[in-house]
Amino acid sequence: MSAFWLLMIILALAAMGFILGRSRAISSVQGDRRQLHSLPNYYGFNVAMLAFVPAVLMLGAWVIIQPMLISGQVSTHIPEALYEDAGQLNLIMSDVKRVADGLDLAVALGAMTADASSQLNTDTTDIRAMLGEVGVALGGDVDPSVLTAAQEMRAKTVSGNLFMTIVVLVVAGAGFIAAMMMTRGDFRARNAVEGGVKALLIGAASIAILTTVGIVLSLIFNTITFFGLFPAGDFLFGLTWSPEGRGGSEHLGILPLLWGTIYISIVALLVAVPIGLFAAVYLSEYASRATRAFAKPLLEVLAGIPTIVYGLFALTVVGPLLVNFFGADGLGWMQGARSVMTAGLVMGIMLIPFVSSLSDDIINAVPQAMRDGSYGLGATRSETVKQVVLPAALPGIVGAVLLAASRAIGETMIVVMGAGAAARLDLNPFEAMTTVTAKIVSQLTGDSDFASPEALVAFALGMTLFLLTLGLNVLALYIVRKYREQYE
Amino acid sequence: MNDMTKIERAIEMNDMKISAKGVQVYYGDTHAIKDVSVEIEDKTVTAFIGPSGCGKSTFLRCLNRMNDTIDICRVEGDILLDGEDIYDKRVDPVQLRAKVGMVFQKPNPFPKSIYDNIAYGPRIHGLAKNKAELDEIVEKSLRRGAIWDEVKDRLHAPGTGLSGGQQQRLCIARAVATEPEVLLMDEPCSALDPIATAQVEELIDELRQSYSVVIVTHSMQQAARVSQKTAFFHLGNLVEYDDTTKIFTNPEDPRTESYITGRIG
Repeated sequence: MSAFWLLMIILALAAMGFILGRSRAISSVQGDRRQLHSLPNYYGFNVAMLAFVPAVLMLGAWVIIQPMLISGQVSTHIPEALYEDAGQLNLIMSDVKRVADGLDLAVALGAMTADASSQLNTDTTDIRAMLGEVGVALGGDVDPSVLTAAQEMRAKTVSGNLFMTIVVLVVAGAGFIAAMMMTRGDFRARNAVEGGVKALLIGAASIAILTTVGIVLSLIFNTITFFGLFPAGDFLFGLTWSPEGRGGSEHLGILPLLWGTIYISIVALLVAVPIGLFAAVYLSEYASRATRAFAKPLLEVLAGIPTIVYGLFALTVVGPLLVNFFGADGLGWMQGARSVMTAGLVMGIMLIPFVSSLSDDIINAVPQAMRDGSYGLGATRSETVKQVVLPAALPGIVGAVLLAASRAIGETMIVVMGAGAAARLDLNPFEAMTTVTAKIVSQLTGDSDFASPEALVAFALGMTLFLLTLGLNVLALYIVRKYREQYE
Repeated sequence: MNDMTKIERAIEMNDMKISAKGVQVYYGDTHAIKDVSVEIEDKTVTAFIGPSGCGKSTFLRCLNRMNDTIDICRVEGDILLDGEDIYDKRVDPVQLRAKVGMVFQKPNPFPKSIYDNIAYGPRIHGLAKNKAELDEIVEKSLRRGAIWDEVKDRLHAPGTGLSGGQQQRLCIARAVATEPEVLLMDEPCSALDPIATAQVEELIDELRQSYSVVIVTHSMQQAARVSQKTAFFHLGNLVEYDDTTKIFTNPEDPRTESYITGRIG
């Protein structure tokens, strides 16, 4: 029985459990609901929960673990002569899986009987051609050992699935019966259900945290592998970035990329911070209620534009415009449309809503008493903003700017389209440069071997970027938190 | 008290600091102040009393046009400061507020140092030519705020780090630093403990030497202690305005009597 139908059965059991549990609770107090500890629905939910949750957890774990166990056992059938390292064994095992799946599919489509499929022999049947007919394409002819392994995989999967069905149904039934036994008038069903809800909330939080931990761990391990193949000193302090493709002596120095990242981010912040901050001051201190209700959402629309669209804007509008002024016909500083300036300007526009929206909230959080105090002393609006409101909001605004900076550092599409792909250490903002993120994309999407330094360097780059933005975010949160304490 | 002579003298402009005639205030559709006329004397403490929501704070905020910062608020009638209409188009509300200072219910020191809190007003209005003069103004104001001895050793510590009573006296010193002619106080002691209240009250009595002080208070004892004139507001109307001793011993209006004896409000 497939996992899907098993899930349906458990669901049906849970639904039935809800109805039965509810009515059992009511009948246990002879229909007088006021004698129940909890509302009748809670008794129903309790039964449904105990029938459903343990069984589904069991099912999920089984579905994940069973294929891993089976392929581990089956791989012993592959003679060692066929592979040299773990990577090749993986390739063979994926062939085994395709053959096994293909045979199942052939039986399901009626191309052969179940008996015939288990009697197959590589000498008498051209398995590759036969599977091709049912739509499963194989890379080469099937080795006898692969067929044996595939057959064993099928057999074990069938018995494993049967066993899984039994175990899961037993768990569901046990939960169901246990919950029904508990259901009496004085059972604290509400507390039990709320405990379940709490577990659900904890589960959701831990999934988010565990994913982060997983991502960081994968970054760390791959970075360690990379540093095993490539000297860390050359990576961290190298002044040239020029991967040559197939091995050989390489220059994988991060400094030109880091410089490009920081340079473009600085240009972006120089655009975004003044504009965003002034917009925020206008919106929170000067604009009438109607203007604010109209202008703030419009400004926030900027934040909803996909970055690839900003990239198009950089490539087709801003770049050519800059070339008109600074290109060969104008000042002669600029070679092509792609440059630090192009990407920085457009990224700055993208960041305006971040800075303005966060700053606006922070400025609004400054107590009205501060403004009253200042007006009461005969200060104008502008003096009040400059000398009282902004200083009071400054820590929060710094936090907002740092958050915008970490956005800028992590931005990819605008850089790829606006700044070019040439890694360069240069001061001229009209030169094409590139950033860490853009290079991660190009290193991993190329055709180089995944185990080579050229590909693995992407993880080291990612790690650097992660540490950089993490540092900025921690700093921003620290500042914002310190600020919050001031008024609460 | 010589009630009659005082009322007669009210006609002369010299002793009158603020004179309000037929003031109406609307918040949107709500009629908050109904036809209030009051003459506030110079070098006198005038107390506004009345139950919550009776409009006494609203009226106080009319006197330095703080209500201008509220969009939906509309003021009608005449309010004259030294004979000049403060709602005249030629009057800059910012300049007016420098002349008519205000102290608020909750102490609201700026998140700056004690020194900068006091120096804020003088700096804005250019009252000091140099650092030495500014230092002098700061010291003088802190002395008048009766807080100099407590803070003289930590002038550059943040003003928000002081205790509630100290903060309120700092705010009074801050208001005094711009050398206003009138000082408006909106329940200045409601957030303070009895000791701090006593200090602030003593201070108010001293300020009377040089300023006209208008104080809004919920405490009738406080009004009786610090003020010479008392106005009783009820539901947006000015019910009675007279010498403090008369209001508290022999009020004319039955509503005033009910309020001060605790039967309404």
